[in-house]
Amino acid sequence: MGISLRNIDKSYKNHLAVRDISFEVKPGELFGLIGPDGAGKTTIFRMLTTLLLPDKGQATVAGFDVVKDYKSIRKSVGYMPGRFSLYQDLTVEENLTFFATIFGTTIEENYDLIKDIYEQIEPFKDRRAGKLSGGMKQKLALSCALIHKPKVLFLDEPTTGVDPVSRKEFWDMLKRVQKRGITILVSTPYMDEAALCDRIALIQDGEILDIDTPEAIVNKFPKTIYNVSADNMYKLILTLQNYEHTQSVFPFGEFVHYTDKRDHFEIKTLISHLEYSGLQEVTMSETKANIEDAFMELAKK
Amino acid sequence: MKTENVIEVQDLTKAFGDFKAVNAISFEVKKGEIFGFLGANGAGKTTAIKMLIGISHPTSGRAKVVGYDVFTQPESIKKNIGYMSQRFALYDDLTVNENINFFGGIYGLSRVQIREKRKQLIEELGLEDVADKLVGALPLGWKQKLSFSVSLFHDPKIVFLDEPTGGVDPITRRQFWEMIYKAADQGTTIFVTTHYMDEAEYCDRVSIMVEGRIEALDTPKKLKQQFGVDSMNDVFLKLARNIE
Repeated sequence: MGISLRNIDKSYKNHLAVRDISFEVKPGELFGLIGPDGAGKTTIFRMLTTLLLPDKGQATVAGFDVVKDYKSIRKSVGYMPGRFSLYQDLTVEENLTFFATIFGTTIEENYDLIKDIYEQIEPFKDRRAGKLSGGMKQKLALSCALIHKPKVLFLDEPTTGVDPVSRKEFWDMLKRVQKRGITILVSTPYMDEAALCDRIALIQDGEILDIDTPEAIVNKFPKTIYNVSADNMYKLILTLQNYEHTQSVFPFGEFVHYTDKRDHFEIKTLISHLEYSGLQEVTMSETKANIEDAFMELAKK
Repeated sequence: MKTENVIEVQDLTKAFGDFKAVNAISFEVKKGEIFGFLGANGAGKTTAIKMLIGISHPTSGRAKVVGYDVFTQPESIKKNIGYMSQRFALYDDLTVNENINFFGGIYGLSRVQIREKRKQLIEELGLEDVADKLVGALPLGWKQKLSFSVSLFHDPKIVFLDEPTGGVDPITRRQFWEMIYKAADQGTTIFVTTHYMDEAEYCDRVSIMVEGRIEALDTPKKLKQQFGVDSMNDVFLKLARNIE
């Protein structure tokens, strides 16, 4: 009762939005589509939720074909689109009642599924949805997507533009939803959220770069990465970019992530080179790759 | 060296009825500094920025931006700063060249100045092949880089960047920050908001707003020491509470 895509293509006029996409989401899995704007994430969501027809390939959701069985899919899935799309002029409670009614159920029937989330916005149940803060809108949208107890939940960039505190809360909620046996496909442009998924697909320009567990993806990183820091970040980047043995140099938080073209080299010689170039307080140490390193390495090819 | 203040804010407040969206904030930003302005959604960042760029009248307090008073000289502020937001960047239905000409004209540059600077900008960004294409057809990352360059077109002393890298791919995000470093290195002050906490680490100093107040302001290194954590993400999580 998961999700399956085989060789899916979709074009808009002469722009190929997704090309030959295949992946499987196992029942009960929390699967992440990770990629920047324009990667094709929303197009995939719209095909799986039967709002858009693929040009080529097959896909099933909860065992139903996205073309032939679209009516059954619509009954079995919950979809939270990237844009807030509840009724702004209905209250919190009216929105929830509306979605429950549409799906032939009641708030009471599945209340235990949304209790955790809905309780946080219940004090504002008479407020119009349009007047809610970003975080509250998000909780209401998730409640509405869950109220008919879907088998599969689709969340298209639920945390975009959301601050780190609210993002963390949202992911905690998702984990609890997953424990109830609901299969979840979620997309995000924030690479740090990849680590919170069971498996991920890295996607860019309509093509999948890799599919695996987050750990496996970072373990595949082919090079040793070094954290380098110095007194002047900009000068450090320029100096490393002009160094003959540099393979890649990217700022990463307080450090620069550096990889070297050579298989073996002395850290000391590079430090001396940097110091000779006028940098001070130079430090350098080995570090582990993270999802962004992996994404950038794969995206280069 | 970094001594001249480009922003000076003292007890700046904006109230909507009884609600103080910005509650007596005070800070200074120096020339050439990269200043990170962080806070949870709803903490008051946008309201504060609107006052600093001269489009919202403060309730009380004092603030000067590039030497002009936010109460009495908001028009002079608008002319002398650069501004770029995630949502509104450039006109999608104008070409790259047309956008540059338009914004150059808005900021009062002469035709000759615009022509020379446009050529230089297009070269630096490697946009020669798409200079006559509509901006709407460019990938988001290019748009954001172009938008940043356009916000610097009139050589402002300070540029305000409101979530400039949201949704941008990781490589372009880093190229964008290299442009920021370069501009700061050349003396432009950078005032930036972001939800990427690794980007907070790139700033010289960072302030964190919580419920209308600035609850922390220091270098990323000192903030991490102060809160006894390893990353700015953890500093943020410790400090910022939801006001809902």
